[in-house]
Amino acid sequence: MRTSLTTAVFALILAGGANATEKLTVYTYDSFVTEWGPGPKIEANFEAVCDCDLEFVAAGDGAALLGRIKLEGAATEADIVLGLDANLAADAAATGLFTPHGLTPETDVPGGWADPVFLPYDWGWFAFVYDKTRLATPPGSLAALLDAPDDVTIVIQDPRSSTPGLGLLLWVKQIYGDEAGAVWERLAPRIVTVTKGWSEAYGMFLEGEAAMALSYTTSPAYHAIAESDDTKAAAIFSEGHYMQVEIAGKLAATDQPALADRFLEFMLTDGFQAAIPETNWMYPAKTPSAGLPEGFTTLPRPQKTLIYPVSEAKSARDAALAEWLEALSK
Amino acid sequence: MAGGAQQVSAGRVRLHPAVAISGGAALALVLALTIGAVAVLAVSAEAGAGLSAPDWRALRFTTLQAFLSALISVALAIPLARALARRRFRGRGAVVSLLGAPFLLPVIVAILGVVAIWGRSGMVSQALLAVGFGRLDIYGLPGVLIAHVFFNLPLATRMLLQGWAEIPAERWRLAAQLGVEGPALFRLLEWPALRAAAPGAFALIFLICATSFAVALALGGGPRATTLELAIYHAMRFDFDLGRAALLAGLQFALCLGLALFAARLSAPAAFGPGHGGAPLRWDGRGAAARWGDGAVIALGLVFLASPILAAAAQGAPGLLSMGAGVWAAAGRSLIVAPVAAALALALALALGALIAGIEARRPGAGRLAEALGLLTLAVSPFVAGVALFIALRPFVSPVAIALPLVALINAMIALPFALRLLLPPLRETARDYGPLAASLGMSGFALLRLVYLPRMRAPLGFAAGLAAALSMGDLGVIALFSAPGAPTLPLYMYGLMAAHRLEAAGGAALLLTALSFGIFYICDRWGRHAPA
Repeated sequence: MRTSLTTAVFALILAGGANATEKLTVYTYDSFVTEWGPGPKIEANFEAVCDCDLEFVAAGDGAALLGRIKLEGAATEADIVLGLDANLAADAAATGLFTPHGLTPETDVPGGWADPVFLPYDWGWFAFVYDKTRLATPPGSLAALLDAPDDVTIVIQDPRSSTPGLGLLLWVKQIYGDEAGAVWERLAPRIVTVTKGWSEAYGMFLEGEAAMALSYTTSPAYHAIAESDDTKAAAIFSEGHYMQVEIAGKLAATDQPALADRFLEFMLTDGFQAAIPETNWMYPAKTPSAGLPEGFTTLPRPQKTLIYPVSEAKSARDAALAEWLEALSK
Repeated sequence: MAGGAQQVSAGRVRLHPAVAISGGAALALVLALTIGAVAVLAVSAEAGAGLSAPDWRALRFTTLQAFLSALISVALAIPLARALARRRFRGRGAVVSLLGAPFLLPVIVAILGVVAIWGRSGMVSQALLAVGFGRLDIYGLPGVLIAHVFFNLPLATRMLLQGWAEIPAERWRLAAQLGVEGPALFRLLEWPALRAAAPGAFALIFLICATSFAVALALGGGPRATTLELAIYHAMRFDFDLGRAALLAGLQFALCLGLALFAARLSAPAAFGPGHGGAPLRWDGRGAAARWGDGAVIALGLVFLASPILAAAAQGAPGLLSMGAGVWAAAGRSLIVAPVAAALALALALALGALIAGIEARRPGAGRLAEALGLLTLAVSPFVAGVALFIALRPFVSPVAIALPLVALINAMIALPFALRLLLPPLRETARDYGPLAASLGMSGFALLRLVYLPRMRAPLGFAAGLAAALSMGDLGVIALFSAPGAPTLPLYMYGLMAAHRLEAAGGAALLLTALSFGIFYICDRWGRHAPA
């Protein structure tokens, strides 16, 4: 806070000078900029090549980001917004506050990426994570989970307050379509509880409250790398896994269009991408030249990736949420 | 803040101008941040959808669980507070201070602590399995109630204990001389003290539980346990529907205000009259049955409250080694904000309390309304307050640049209902019992504060200051919209660790946060309880 005041004062003083370094403001979610997140590394790497001052501004969580931009409108100080979920891309584009990036990058996002306004920087598959010492034979499909023994319990997050929760909602909807409501009714008895966010659910799973927790296929990599613990694994489902893609876009009102373009290009290079796996615990959108860290290369990968096209995500979301509420409120 | 009201020869009461101005300003600030916040949102909204069937379900569940949580917390607090008031034993001071602890746990720590004891794989379930019974399954209303009672029973107990402390020592002596025992003693001395303290405690706990969200959801087992707060969060977060959020926030206000007014009507001042101060000697409850009964109540209460805390501490301890360097800077930031928020909360509560005590002497109804409004800041959703402040301030100043002062202000507002609840009864009593005497001696201003009010209000002042500072330490709600990059407070830092999947380190940070919150609470509380009370 003091530093931001000081930089503001300095920026004012320097604004009069000729050799002012340009400032690029990137709005992102809280955990991106913590000392444990990717923010600090990426800031150092970009500033080393851009001769500019990159400032990350934390604006709540992923969904709060879009709210913040809508609140500020064209008067926003942000040049880039980084950290929206692909499910929100259509809502974000509809505000008219974003402008096309004009790039045609190569990415490693399953199924490719062709959105004109937003670019991906990382992605992951949602999955149920289990403890090998407690669950010997995890279900091999969503259908198998529905018919699994009673002690195969799950803990999930609420789609109204959590990204993985919303991911599971769309996952079930995409596989079962009109049957989704009935599937939720069959799942209901094995749902121990529904939590506000990922941490509560995962914490409960680690305490042994449920056999599996809704998380990501990459979660076991964290246990392997950070805790040298290889007892956790993700159950791979034969129907395929729903994907989360995290995206960034340039604001139409930016006063640094050239610098913003440079940042978006940099976003898909090693200086950004190499920081992602072990801080965000997601797959980088473009695999760095040195490859993935060891804990990631050994992870099992789903055979099939599911995701709603950007244009259909919102209507699917609203319909699925109504069914979910109906089925689980009985 | 002279003695709320001054007696004037004609028997009419008028407000001291200083009381009117400071109290009026505090009340205006409260209204701006509550009703004003909803109005700002409503004005900025494009189109608000009406209330849907799930919203009404959420309203019903919110009312039901908050009502039951408050009722059970206060009902269980009566025997516990009575036992603690009646007994003197080694470590009693520590027990009374420890009653502040559950309330200060970060929400996620409290959830996981309750689950470690009462969950499907918790200690109670393991014990039941060992003797051949099935597991517990608390998810649903029972889980919500267990968690809310764990949080709020200690708070209710402390508030009722304060009610007992208002009974002058002379009354106990007189009762003993007259041979008043058992039910009669309860009716004559303890019941009036309860009438004065219990409704306020009930209202406060209802408000806390009505605005609960993470606890109610996680232990409620699913969307059946949706509270209005979750509906507000969803409206703001996913759909950014300000109109709907304002509508729901207004509904939450109406519910909480109605309840606060209802509680204010129920409560009756104890009117014991002045005493000379000093610790009461209790002549009642000397029989073996009473002694064993009180001992059992205190022991059960302690086990119920301490077990989730110990479980949480055990989970967090390994993480203390891996918290990272930034944790101390974050702790430092929180330690700066907390005393500022506490001082602000006390100043607001004293100003508002003096105004209420002053108004009541003239118009009891208006005083009750002012008192209920003072509780209302608890009913404001932090998201609503945050976004409204953001909208209101943005044309003039960058909210991020004044993040920490804003956080201190909002934290003070959140702590205000607690401080007001604790300070209002002794403020009223002192004004009524000593106001005329002080006025006839021509005492006013600082001397009046130092000689008349402070000695009689030291204990609640210490408790309120400790609670406000500790609440501010642990608050996360508002900072999300205003956080400055790279300058997190300790709770934000803890959530950052969680988001980076570092659950073990986050557990360590949570333990540190709880220890610091409790430390700051303990210091203030001890200062207060070194008073003769």
